[in-house]
Amino acid sequence: MTTSLVKPARRRRAPGSSRIGSTVLLVVLSVLVLIPFLWMISLAFTPENDAFGSVSLIPANPTFENFGTAFIDVELGRALVNSAIVALVTVATNCAFAVLAGYAFAMMRFPGSNALFYILISTAAIPVSVTLIPLFLMARGIPLAGGNDILGHGGSGLLDTLAGVVLPYIVMPLNIFLARQFFSTAPTELAEAARMDGAGEFRIFARVYLPLAKPLIAVIAIFSFTGVWDDFLWPLVVTSSPETQTVQLALARFLASGNVQYGPVMAGAVIATLPVLIVFLFNQRSFISGLADGSVKG
Amino acid sequence: MTATLSTSAGATTRAPAPPPARRRRRRWNRVSVFGLVFVLPAALYIVIFQLIPVLYGFVLSFTKYSPLSRKGPEAVGLDNYAGLLSNPDFGNALLVTGRYVLQVLPLTVVIALALALLVNRPFRGVGFFRSALYVPHIVSLTAVSLIWLWMYSQSGLFNEILNTIGLPDQAWLLEPDSALNAASAMRIWKALGSNMVLLLAGLQSIPKELYEAARVDGAGRWNAFRFVTIPGLKPMLVYVVAMDIIYLAQGFAEIYVLTKGGPLGSTTTVNYLIYTQAFQYNQLGTASAMAFVLFAFIIGFSFLTMRSLMGRQK
Repeated sequence: MTTSLVKPARRRRAPGSSRIGSTVLLVVLSVLVLIPFLWMISLAFTPENDAFGSVSLIPANPTFENFGTAFIDVELGRALVNSAIVALVTVATNCAFAVLAGYAFAMMRFPGSNALFYILISTAAIPVSVTLIPLFLMARGIPLAGGNDILGHGGSGLLDTLAGVVLPYIVMPLNIFLARQFFSTAPTELAEAARMDGAGEFRIFARVYLPLAKPLIAVIAIFSFTGVWDDFLWPLVVTSSPETQTVQLALARFLASGNVQYGPVMAGAVIATLPVLIVFLFNQRSFISGLADGSVKG
Repeated sequence: MTATLSTSAGATTRAPAPPPARRRRRRWNRVSVFGLVFVLPAALYIVIFQLIPVLYGFVLSFTKYSPLSRKGPEAVGLDNYAGLLSNPDFGNALLVTGRYVLQVLPLTVVIALALALLVNRPFRGVGFFRSALYVPHIVSLTAVSLIWLWMYSQSGLFNEILNTIGLPDQAWLLEPDSALNAASAMRIWKALGSNMVLLLAGLQSIPKELYEAARVDGAGRWNAFRFVTIPGLKPMLVYVVAMDIIYLAQGFAEIYVLTKGGPLGSTTTVNYLIYTQAFQYNQLGTASAMAFVLFAFIIGFSFLTMRSLMGRQK
């Protein structure tokens, strides 16, 4: 009773001042969070001789030289092509298989479908290190690949190939989950009507529901792309030569030289970040709502 | 006519004996058979490349196996697990991983919650702040680690700042005492954005009426936060904490770039140890056993955390 009398007065002071206060706080925090990136960009354009000891964010003698060095020293161009191939295949297979499966789990229940769904989804929680070694051995033992015989012996299988890099990403369980969530809110009347008209099941999926699923496809494409683009451990394990390495590994190769040249490193980091940043800037909404949708429901 | 069309299409995709199955169980209608067909490619893939590897890895953990040897895995029973008990490196790696999770997790969740509360109200430029704070999440861990490697380096940003205010240089990543803290600071910063966005989504799913009701009941800001926000946020909070535990306990890329597990093993996480055991020392059996012990710890720890977070609801 007494609190209800006291509290409003205390709140009165708040709105104006706290709004300004929280905006100032946000500006400070955003700057703090962004400082490392601003330095990354700055160093990418700073000549190697000026890299240390300068406290200025804007390079005195800006140069593009570091980008050239990055492309030559760690074969960044090759790595970008490799990463792009791996990412495109991953996006395509996830959009095809994960969306199809998610659609079926939502719209075409069959005996045991729920159990199967939960088994498949639960694999998303398996730590990478648990499947890392078996996947490495399986990649090596794929029959008839890389000099292997029909039993998968003798050669190197998919080790050190782009197919080997793609192997664990073909269908990501989280995408099936997102797809099922999406289609479970879609109207079922359309399918029934189409069935009455005699359309086949695949046709109903492809012609009726797929066009409705553009936001879903966008989210799955974005998540698959960023996930694969950023992955480090699996490419590190499965590849061994610069010809098959991805962008993240190319970046890490700067460290092997012992004396790290930070100008080219940062130039490489800027380039490696650019595709993901572009995807993000064009799809902020899908990014942020997709992240939320995938986790809140279910 | 249309009916014959679709049945013939159905018959071609699953040729052998459709009628008996349909008669035996009414639940198997034509649509559900198609459902199974739609699910099959993804399901087979996940079984072959996710579930079978888990079983295969479990079997490997009871063997001695070098990928270089001509021979296959040799069964050794529980030797690998018994060996881990007396392996000081593994005990150390467990402690390092545990410390890493425990010092990153609370800070990153609490700061992310504060940020989420700050950007929850609509105001001019809120979109910019949300995106700016989310940026560390978008940039890959490798790139982020390289930036911080420079900031921690001898004449990097942090030492420049120390020098400017008259303090001596620190060997951030080169001292066993500070290396893991330095890595943790980076990881806290890196994890803020995604936690913030998830918690923001949680905040926005709390019905506004609850806050109005609380105000009518005379609740001040603190009480509204305590009795409306926190309970409403609980499911998301549990999710965020569980996911953070799973990811943090598998720290690898940042360790690889920042310290390579050193100095003196002070940043050797279990995942980093597994990597070196398997791919530098070629001991796949031992490494597999380590992976399953880590798996057990992750499950146990996230289960306990979730239960304690859920339990307080009552």
